[in-house]
Amino acid sequence: MAVAVQGAPSTGGRDREPRPGLATRVKRSYSTYWYAYAMAAPVVLVLGVLVGYPLARGVYLTLTDATSLNTGHTVGVNHIPDTFKFVGLHNYADVLWGDSSYDRFWSHFIWTIAWTVICVTLTYGLGLAMALLMHQKLRGRTAYRLLLILPWAVPTFVTVFSWRLLLADNGMVNVLLGSLHLPQPSWLEDPLAQKAAAILVNTWCGVPFMMVSLLGGLQSIPAELYEAAEMDGASPWQRFRFVTLPGLRAVSSTVILLGVIWTFNQFVIIFLLFGQNAPDVQILVTWAYQLGFGQQPRDYAQSASYGIILLSILIVFTAFYQRWLKRNDQGVI
Amino acid sequence: MRRGIAASALVAALAVSLAACGSSGSSSSTAANGPVTITYWDTSNATNEAPTYQDVAKKFEAANPNIKVNFVNVPFDSAQNKLQTAMGSKGAPDVFRSDVGWTAAFAKAGYLTPLDGTPALADSAAFQPSLLKQASYQGKTYGVPLVTDTLGLLYNKALFAKAGITAAPTTWDALKADAATVKAKTGVDGFEMRAGDGYYAMPLLFGEGTDMVNAAAKKITVNSPQAAAAVETYKSLFTSPGTVKADLTSDGYAHMMDAFNTGKVAAIINGPWEITNIYQGSAFTDKANLGIAAVPAGSAGKPGAPTGGHNIDVYAGSDAAHQAAAEKFAAFMTSAASQTEIAQKNSTLPTRSDAYTPALTADPGIAGFQAILPVAQPRPELPEYSSLFTSIGTNLGKILQNQESTQAGLDATASDYAKLLPDFTK
Repeated sequence: MAVAVQGAPSTGGRDREPRPGLATRVKRSYSTYWYAYAMAAPVVLVLGVLVGYPLARGVYLTLTDATSLNTGHTVGVNHIPDTFKFVGLHNYADVLWGDSSYDRFWSHFIWTIAWTVICVTLTYGLGLAMALLMHQKLRGRTAYRLLLILPWAVPTFVTVFSWRLLLADNGMVNVLLGSLHLPQPSWLEDPLAQKAAAILVNTWCGVPFMMVSLLGGLQSIPAELYEAAEMDGASPWQRFRFVTLPGLRAVSSTVILLGVIWTFNQFVIIFLLFGQNAPDVQILVTWAYQLGFGQQPRDYAQSASYGIILLSILIVFTAFYQRWLKRNDQGVI
Repeated sequence: MRRGIAASALVAALAVSLAACGSSGSSSSTAANGPVTITYWDTSNATNEAPTYQDVAKKFEAANPNIKVNFVNVPFDSAQNKLQTAMGSKGAPDVFRSDVGWTAAFAKAGYLTPLDGTPALADSAAFQPSLLKQASYQGKTYGVPLVTDTLGLLYNKALFAKAGITAAPTTWDALKADAATVKAKTGVDGFEMRAGDGYYAMPLLFGEGTDMVNAAAKKITVNSPQAAAAVETYKSLFTSPGTVKADLTSDGYAHMMDAFNTGKVAAIINGPWEITNIYQGSAFTDKANLGIAAVPAGSAGKPGAPTGGHNIDVYAGSDAAHQAAAEKFAAFMTSAASQTEIAQKNSTLPTRSDAYTPALTADPGIAGFQAILPVAQPRPELPEYSSLFTSIGTNLGKILQNQESTQAGLDATASDYAKLLPDFTK
């Protein structure tokens, strides 16, 4: 950061022109940009209602012991008052190091991290490989591209239910494995096989997005760079390493960030593939849903605590990731 | 892009729910004597059972020209959740078909209106007293019993005969022996049990003379030695010769029913709600092939199965006109004539004695279950009772997969129960 002041003798414009007060600045900015403010206001309002309020309410709930049994509501003539209490940070303490917190939180946490890392690595790797293939000049390229985008175009639940049939005990996958005299795991029941199945299906659903984005990135790399590299006698690997990868940097950093956030919060695939009676394969998001909606009574407080913990993890991750990208960019430039 | 889809789905969902709120708001402002439209949530099987209920609702409309019924079928699996969400905010139905296990919790939450002395319970003397008691909470009745059921041993008579078995087994050991015989003699699996579902494990607990909790003594009994013995037996039902191994996938129930209906498994434990489906199966084109017996008994000597069934409940949040109409509807749905019709078409069991007409009791499915109803154990008046099935279901799954020992799994269940029932002793 300190490098930035190099050769800049300025102490800012403050000496020459005193900075106007806050009110004046707001006024001036308003009179200049009133149109922009007017256009942005509805969005800010809607976001405030849709995101701000639930978030604030969620944070408040984490500080209480609210469940569906002690939350107040009005039903016609019956007014049932709130009976939940303020418990401070007890929920967080309970989730993170309370009784049986390994079973309830840490096992899901470890699996969520593993799931995210494995899935993003696989989808990015396979997506890049396919994008490179699709970037070649070959006959019927459009048809291949269409076919490879198909898993993305089909609604996720259709894909997941198809996989549920394929992975069933006597489904296609096991029939195939059986004919090859390989072991036939129960993909949808055995905890370890469940995890493999979840990763498999998520990779299947996630690769097309990576492929399309990276293909776009590849097409934006100027052909001259490759020509120049070839003139210099660079091997295909060197061209990939020193031309393609740096050229994809902007796209890659974005899709990896998106991939991490999406995979971390990938509710649909786990929920639809295994239902609710598969405690071992639940990631934090599905587990939070289970606590808040999937059981009786609904544990609003703990579910909200999971939500806030998830949000914090993602914020911390994003902040570090951004910083890491910035540092690396400076190294390159 | 995915974000975009999610956002537009959210907007669409909001629009729909706003529209739903709007319509219910406008309908509730109708004058008391004018035409009223009540919303009825039906939780029965959409293809086999719902047409019958719709038919009864049409008859009700014909008899009450001032009342229209907005018939909505809600899948049973998600109904409890949807009802709870709707009744806690807006868009709740005026009257709905509710599992007997939900009534106490809904009543405790103030969602239901008491029906004693209203037209809904005008015929209260005709109903079986135990079923009325099951629909009540703290001295008030919150539901009109519509259908009742219990679990029984359903078996394929032809397969049993082929294996040389003449009578249904009456103990779990006899059942295991028969399953082995069926497998040896016919090549077909002898018995399949629903895995990882607490409700289907109840006959084993009752068979050892215990329950998940002792509500009267305020004691958690799910990890008692008797319960552990019951779960050991339960576990053996998936591993002994001739039985189908535990199917813990979310399609497990469907797999079990498919196998039974097509004659690939000779016996299962299930309730009367499946009889219409079973009769459509290739193995039961001759209805007489379906054998119905009481669930096998455990070491306590007596068989026992949970009492299930459904009530008609009236939502407390509607205005007076809608409530009055809903109460009339509840009475009509549970009248002897309606119950007979429902039972005839759906093979479910009526809740009042005057609905059992001779024609009805001639139906082998009805007669079979009517005979084993005395085995049904009444449910304790405990709002949390139906919540108890969540934890035991999960832990039974883990026990079946050998992820934890029987005792450890039941101890984990007991500590979940302790959170749910703070004033109970372990």
